[in-house]
Amino acid sequence: MSWQRRHVLATDDWSRDEIEQVLATTAAMVEVLGRPIRRTPALRGRTVILFFAEASTRTRVSFELAAKALSADVTNITASGSSVEKGETLLDTVRTLTALGGDVIVMRHSASGAPYFVAERTDAAVINAGDGWHAHPTQGLLDAYTLRGALGDLTGKRVVIVGDITHSRVARSDIDALVPLGATITLSGPPTLVPSAWRCGMTPRGVTYELDLDRALDDADAVIALRLQKERQHSGLLPSMREYARTWGLSEERVKRMRPDAPVLHPGPMNEGVEIAASVAHGARSLIETQVTNGVAVRMALLYLLAAGAGAPDGVGAPPELRGS
Amino acid sequence: MLTDLKRDAEKRGLITAPGFIDLHAHLREPGFEESETIATGAHAALAGGFTTICAMPNTEPAIDSPGLVAELIARGEAAEGARVLAIATITRGRNGKELADLVELAAAGAVAFSDDGSPVADAQLFRNALEYVRSAGRPIFEHSQDVTLSAGGVMHEGVVSARLGLPGMPAAAEESAIARDLSLARLTGGRLHLSHVSTAGSIELVRRAKADGLAITCEVTPHHLALTDEWVAGSRAFAWEDDGPRAAPYDTSTKVNPPLRTAADVRACWAALMDGTIDAIATDHAPHASTRKDVEYQEAAFGISVFETAVPLLLAGVAAGWGTWDRVVEALTVGPARVLGIDLPADDLVVIDPKATWTPTALALRSLGKNTPLIGRPLVGQVVEAVVNGQVRLDLGSPALAQ
Repeated sequence: MSWQRRHVLATDDWSRDEIEQVLATTAAMVEVLGRPIRRTPALRGRTVILFFAEASTRTRVSFELAAKALSADVTNITASGSSVEKGETLLDTVRTLTALGGDVIVMRHSASGAPYFVAERTDAAVINAGDGWHAHPTQGLLDAYTLRGALGDLTGKRVVIVGDITHSRVARSDIDALVPLGATITLSGPPTLVPSAWRCGMTPRGVTYELDLDRALDDADAVIALRLQKERQHSGLLPSMREYARTWGLSEERVKRMRPDAPVLHPGPMNEGVEIAASVAHGARSLIETQVTNGVAVRMALLYLLAAGAGAPDGVGAPPELRGS
Repeated sequence: MLTDLKRDAEKRGLITAPGFIDLHAHLREPGFEESETIATGAHAALAGGFTTICAMPNTEPAIDSPGLVAELIARGEAAEGARVLAIATITRGRNGKELADLVELAAAGAVAFSDDGSPVADAQLFRNALEYVRSAGRPIFEHSQDVTLSAGGVMHEGVVSARLGLPGMPAAAEESAIARDLSLARLTGGRLHLSHVSTAGSIELVRRAKADGLAITCEVTPHHLALTDEWVAGSRAFAWEDDGPRAAPYDTSTKVNPPLRTAADVRACWAALMDGTIDAIATDHAPHASTRKDVEYQEAAFGISVFETAVPLLLAGVAAGWGTWDRVVEALTVGPARVLGIDLPADDLVVIDPKATWTPTALALRSLGKNTPLIGRPLVGQVVEAVVNGQVRLDLGSPALAQ
């Protein structure tokens, strides 16, 4: 199957085949990353612009390593110190980025939907590296890849996502990536941090809500804990971080309710002692470091597929070509 | 002359109706002339069949003094488009703190009072407004919304906002404010008109209040009678359609306050229109310059440019069987006239070609506000002639006029 999509904005309308193709390409990229020289010429001569209008280190570095491993030229535009901070509109920024002639724009933005705005107004391929509360598709795909590695086929597997669902683009993209692969999702978290419609039974396909985290975890196949922003307490959504940690934090006792060896994931950065106990974060079930490694491979896969879809640069063919570094 | 015109039009299969009265329009002048002017708005209104429009006072400066009311009316007359009536503010500068000079404003020609865009949050002040407005003999048009519940929201709170990761405004933000306003109307006997009701719950509150004999009125917009919150996610199917065209999600032309609601709410609005719970259809025409809309969804201004697409939306709802054309015409004519306490202007007329298919484009719209999600979507039904005070002010070249 040849790759058809021009952009990666969200995976909510992706077919299972498309997700499988990304995961298969990711496996090839993991192999590249395992070599002594972690570099392939697949995107030589291509320019990747990293446009991060919201602070991020982990995701930006992950994309940068991915683009460099594919030999792309990488340019960084960050919010602080750039014209974005001086009140330049997103429309101006898009015009500038397009005029600069980047092939791929990787963008993070605090406004849900901003990547759609950019994609409609540029010739470049757009990869969403996180938009507001809406989507973080590369995180969803890397979590799918990581869970596949740990659990095999995800058909019938039940994954718990716990924490601040309302404000979480990770939760939405995890749902979008895991449900098409056959998994079911149990959401858990404080009622003030779960969209009201999803608490009233109008959840997306394959998703349910369980207020009680202990019950959600019983016999679960995996759990993904979300980062809790400290400002939620001050905005009246939570009484205290301490109460949150006791009620919805992943303690060592709690994770034992899951199936033996059921893995624990977290998108990072973690508040150890709040949403996850340090002993769980660094314990035997934790796949948190694997997620970071897989993140680079997934981003390489998407950059590669988009560039290939736009007409491969000289000397690049299907994934086997990746061996020629 | 009107009789001849009507006869000729009807002979040609066109529909005629008394000129439509719009209780709720934003003309943006003074202060925001890049979005609309009194002149462009008054002509765009004619193209939508509205021969009388009430201009909302949330301009810069706000229409809160007799001089500003007089100036607005004079500019409206000079425009020679739709007849422009002035709504003045409830509070000075729309500050929500002290009452404007309601008696003097009424004497200068203000037909109603509204701080539209901002509800009067202070319940004591709103009570005073409803008491005092008796001395002005005009209604209060209230934008009922609990701003502490709607704060930060950019669309209806529900399944779609959950999926899109956009902050929502719950139906309860409108309903709890309407409950308060109805209580105060009951307490004061003041003349209250509720602007743009949009939820099934709001309608139930109004229905019950009317059954209790409360002298209140309310309006609904054409967009709340046709579009749903799914439009924010890219759907371009009307509420009565299972399937339809699609556009990109997060199109800021779908951002409006009150927000587009669910298909069940649209259904309830039609039912309430038909049983008389809703008195009038008002556009809440809210044009914006592209600089206010060509931005991130969360940053964009609220409002849809409505005048010119109102008739096709309403015809489509009637064609789908959700209402009758006769009742729609009532809610566009005698209904709003009754809200204002005026007679229907005798020498106004609109002629509609109910079969004409046309596609709104930025170029085709006479309003300076091109902010409608109907751009590019073929519509059926078009206003071809409009007569104000016996004077033909809009004529799309229909042979019915060749006499």
